[in-house]
Amino acid sequence: MKTFRIGGVHPNDNKIYSAHKQITEVPLPKKAVIPLVQHIGAPAKALVVKGDKVKVGQLIAEAGGFVSANIHSPVSGTVTKVDSTVDAWGLRMPAIFIDVEGDEWLPEIDRSNELNTICKLDAKEIIEKIKAAGIVGLGGACFPTHVKLMPPPGKKAEVLVVNGVECEPYLTCDHQLMLEKGEEIMVGIQILMRALDIKKAVIGIENNKTDAIKLMQKLSSRYLGVSVEPLKLRYPQGGEKQLIDACISRQVPSGTLPIEVGAVVDNVATIFAVYEAVQKNKPLISRVMTVTGKDVKNPGNYSVRFGTPLSEVLEFAGGIPQSTGKIIGGGPMMGRAMNNVDMPTNKRVSGVLMLTKEESCRKEPSACIRCAKCVSACPMGLEPYLLSKLAALSRFDEMEKHNVMDCIDCGCCQFTCPSNRPLLDYIRMGKAQVGANIRARAQK
Amino acid sequence: MDKLIVSPAPHVHSSDSVRRNMLNVIIALMPAYVVSMIAFGWGVIITSAISIVACVLFEYLIARFILKQDATIGDLSAVLTGLLLAFNLPCNLPWWIVLIGAFVAIAIGKMSFGGLGQNIFNPALVGRVFLLIAFPVQMTTWPRPLGFASSYLDAQTAATPLATMKNALKAGDASLLNELPKLWDMAAGFIGGSFGEVSAIALLVGGIYLLLTRTITWHIPVSILATVAVVAGLMYWCGMPGAASPEYHLLAGGLMLGAIFMATDYVTSPMTAWGQIIYGIGIGFIVMVIRTWGAYPEGVSFAILIMNGFTPIINIYVRPKRFGEKKK
Repeated sequence: MKTFRIGGVHPNDNKIYSAHKQITEVPLPKKAVIPLVQHIGAPAKALVVKGDKVKVGQLIAEAGGFVSANIHSPVSGTVTKVDSTVDAWGLRMPAIFIDVEGDEWLPEIDRSNELNTICKLDAKEIIEKIKAAGIVGLGGACFPTHVKLMPPPGKKAEVLVVNGVECEPYLTCDHQLMLEKGEEIMVGIQILMRALDIKKAVIGIENNKTDAIKLMQKLSSRYLGVSVEPLKLRYPQGGEKQLIDACISRQVPSGTLPIEVGAVVDNVATIFAVYEAVQKNKPLISRVMTVTGKDVKNPGNYSVRFGTPLSEVLEFAGGIPQSTGKIIGGGPMMGRAMNNVDMPTNKRVSGVLMLTKEESCRKEPSACIRCAKCVSACPMGLEPYLLSKLAALSRFDEMEKHNVMDCIDCGCCQFTCPSNRPLLDYIRMGKAQVGANIRARAQK
Repeated sequence: MDKLIVSPAPHVHSSDSVRRNMLNVIIALMPAYVVSMIAFGWGVIITSAISIVACVLFEYLIARFILKQDATIGDLSAVLTGLLLAFNLPCNLPWWIVLIGAFVAIAIGKMSFGGLGQNIFNPALVGRVFLLIAFPVQMTTWPRPLGFASSYLDAQTAATPLATMKNALKAGDASLLNELPKLWDMAAGFIGGSFGEVSAIALLVGGIYLLLTRTITWHIPVSILATVAVVAGLMYWCGMPGAASPEYHLLAGGLMLGAIFMATDYVTSPMTAWGQIIYGIGIGFIVMVIRTWGAYPEGVSFAILIMNGFTPIINIYVRPKRFGEKKK
């Protein structure tokens, strides 16, 4: 079985809490708040004003640049204001506030569950539709998908690498989506292959999801050029560069994008969104997210309309347990701890993990014993012990020489450190400064 | 609900710890310890007890009263240093010499650099080599392996296989090698020597345990043993007068103990896989040079200490293979 070639760790996957839980729809909120920043790139520009009536699927904010994404109303009702809201980290961001009235959809959206396999659009039309639907990478980075489908001149895509790895512990939404919407994902893959004008797609799935591997293998026999690659369990296999290495044995050079080696990577959830956008005219207004944790009453996979306050989603999953010490947006390796749960859900939230107080605290760090476990764990072949030390000493030029910008924030070094040293905290800090230095140089 | 805890990712930890790694090494040393007890009797227990207690005590006193830090003896690293130091001593060494060795190992080898993680040289070996130079007679008087029948104070002594090999080399006379013990006795541990180094098989069992628990990687031990085997093999098959065959070189002296337990010390060995291989090859070469041409019959301690000194420079020049690095 294949896997990536450098580094990696084996965290306990803890997927039992929510694995194989049927995707359930969370009831609509009374008031929805739609942030205008739900993607990487420029914020979207609001197209509605106070008092406007909107329907489900209606465009309410348009992309603010090439790297940006449209935002559609996930609910129907009246716009009460366009103002700023506070996200889960206490930062302000612009948002559209809607009072929900009923659930009235735009008529052109096909809400049936019927599979539609026929797509007669050409590449340009497909990309246009994906762009219009505001689709972004749902694996976590939220990079606008249409940008990936338009390689820069001189570069040609050869293979679509489909991310069904879900290497973050606890999360199960992609797994469940493959089990329930496997056929739709296959059609989505065909659509993307047509958009990229390529003949080959590889779906990477880790072998802790044997049922999904079997199902996708069975389905892929009916779709030309699509194959499934079962991968050995190892974190961070879902990292873009690691996944390409694991699936097609090509390593994306430092500082470049996957297209450099002819690969385009998309997550299964993104591909399902592409299917819905192209075949069903349904823009990206909801996603499946995992709500989980040791003491959570109803851990599971929930389909949530964007704009629903996170607190309501958690309430639906049985509420926040008494024992909770930390609430994380995303998985435990790369997710961000939230300081409140009032923020509206959006394209970025792939899961909510509630850790108990005991699980929440870091252990006391002690001196580095130079065991080199961080060096062998780093999937980018860096030296975390050295980088963290250089960051602590503010020696940023040396950090740059030691390729700190290749760091993907996966956390393997800190996870594995027997001395509990906050390696990634330091590296992240240094990386921010090095990035600023590089930008400053470029402007000169 | 109370206030939520907010901290940056990652939010989970492997639950690996310094203590667990040290404990793994101590567990891995146990088979060799048991064989040594059977071979040398009470001296093993007495020497190791003095050494361990002294190391822990010195570390505690220095940390508490001189450096004025919290004592870190709970991480078991001082226990391990004490045990490894004892493994490198003859089992009938007078107790006060053991005490001096423990003091040099901890005070000079480790705490003078700032404690765990800061030292350049392997503390146990610093202690051992200090004793070897300061007390050459006592340090090279090897008791016979007579089990619990032997006395701590008044042991019968024996020549080590390495001394025999050295004599044969000096005389250029291979017939002297006939005095060597049988290979099986050397592998099992019924030969003279520092008490922990005698049983190659028991040490290998410990090494396998360390590999399985991912406490160490294969790079250092394999490169040391392979280099010794290759160099000794070249000398033997090219007909160097009096050269012993490579099996004897692999099983004799402190090589197994050094390759598996001493050279793999985290603090003093290189950080990258290739660095570790270079370090291992260096140790293997120096061992063979000292065994063949040096003044001492054995050179594992010196070889490891010399390569410890090269570790910082290896760390500077040997970088890990970066992801996506182009082949030259």
